[in-house]
Amino acid sequence: MILNMGPQHPSTHGVLRLLLEIDGEQVVRMMPDIGFLHTGIEKTCEAKFYQQVVPLTDRIDYLCPMINNFCYVLAVEKLLGLEIPARAQWIRVMLVELQRISSHLVWLGTHAMDIGAMSVFLYCFREREDLLRIYEMVSGQRMMTSYFRIGGLALDPPLGFFDKVKKFLDIFPERVDEYENLLTGNRIFIDRLKDVAHLSAEDAIAMGVTGPSLRASGVDFDLRRDMPYSSYEKFKFKVPVSKDGDVWARYLCRVQELRQSREIAKQALEGLPSGPTKANAPKVVLPDREKMKTEMEALIYHFKIVTEGFTVPAGEVYQAIESPRGEMGYYVVSDGTAKPMRVHMRSPSYVNLQALSKMCEGKLIADVVAAIGSIDIVLGEIDR
Amino acid sequence: MPLEPPITDLDKLKDHPALSALLAWNQGAVQGAKFDRDELSIYVAREFIRQACEQLKSKSVIDFLSDLTCADFYPREPRFEMAYHLLSMRAKERVRLKVKLDGEDPVLESITAIWPTANFFEREIFDLFGIRFLGHPYLRRIMMPEDWEGHPLRRDYPVEGYR
Repeated sequence: MILNMGPQHPSTHGVLRLLLEIDGEQVVRMMPDIGFLHTGIEKTCEAKFYQQVVPLTDRIDYLCPMINNFCYVLAVEKLLGLEIPARAQWIRVMLVELQRISSHLVWLGTHAMDIGAMSVFLYCFREREDLLRIYEMVSGQRMMTSYFRIGGLALDPPLGFFDKVKKFLDIFPERVDEYENLLTGNRIFIDRLKDVAHLSAEDAIAMGVTGPSLRASGVDFDLRRDMPYSSYEKFKFKVPVSKDGDVWARYLCRVQELRQSREIAKQALEGLPSGPTKANAPKVVLPDREKMKTEMEALIYHFKIVTEGFTVPAGEVYQAIESPRGEMGYYVVSDGTAKPMRVHMRSPSYVNLQALSKMCEGKLIADVVAAIGSIDIVLGEIDR
Repeated sequence: MPLEPPITDLDKLKDHPALSALLAWNQGAVQGAKFDRDELSIYVAREFIRQACEQLKSKSVIDFLSDLTCADFYPREPRFEMAYHLLSMRAKERVRLKVKLDGEDPVLESITAIWPTANFFEREIFDLFGIRFLGHPYLRRIMMPEDWEGHPLRRDYPVEGYR
């Protein structure tokens, strides 16, 4: 029998349609059908200036928008050869780790809710609410922040921002203890997740799986540590790896990552260097608002950048970063004009989804729900 | 830091493991190389792409396919430029293989047998660019509906679409 786990389903984490060919309770074959959220972002990017593409990138992986901003902005800065000041890099790292925490909180809440532990969802969203207020304080927007710009940050963080972040980071470890208290020793939770949807290391590498799902299968590879970008080499953190490769291992890896992200954010906060938050490139970076209102030169630069954009020397670049779901990569091709020739997003969920069929074939239907939750997909980045 | 000019001389680049492995296997397959902005791109001839990937995998130079995509340079011929982004997790290095394709009936061999991850990538390129892949197990449209006509990401397809 072919069962349609249709695009509208509480457990598919978005508009994902799964065609399950089942025999009794067992899944014989699984075919994902995507494209319900396809909005042609890659095509739209070709019609916009480089700085206008930044808000488009927010919407791709909407649970951690600053991470997509980050990847795109790093790619264009690599194309331009811009050097970003240390303060901007550290603030970027701090915010990116906070975004990783908020993305993992959504994963934990929704995954536990799928399995049946309903109250964990509200616990996680209580912390996420604090984080959304932090993002709103720094950029004016709760989710689609567009705070990282080409050349640094949009604005300096406001007064009182770092105190608020410090307060959050101080209470966070005991909150993670609360979640673990509810779930990690829970007999029912362990029974639902252990030995379910196993993925071996060779299969994971062959399928292109990256991120916590890869590390839970035993492959110790994290882009932040192994191919560092934006001063990640200055931070000390552990990378959780597990050998089991089942849903339980992925759960443990991600919960450990919550703790490690908090460590990195704390180190970034404590060691924050002083200095400017925008690069010194008047043709690319918008000038200070006050200078724009008083100096003629700054006004002309502002006008030129906003109306005509800035040209980027021809070439191509592939920049990959570690997003909460895996390797998020941006392939930007420039032909020397002010609009990108091609922007391609290598979204981790798109590739991890292929592993889902491998994990679920031959297993029970109820395990499909656990498996979808464990690979942590976001349909926005699958369909773009 | 200011941009350094790209290095395109094969002699200067041949120490790089991926390029030296390919040159040792078949000199004719490599049509050129470029080292620009700290990234190495190797231009491979169309007929040899699958074997080149096999070579790099069997010699353990590369173990992971990060990304497979395409760029359309419309009025220019060859029109399409495929980009295979490969990663070696051991050496922590990336290399990019590029293949140029003509606009007139673009066909390429699929590398799904080497890396199953290429499955969805190639389906997307077929859907949005119209490049067919020989040997792909299930080459159907993935993003657009099954009965869609046209290939949206091509340069001559308007951004607003056809109404």
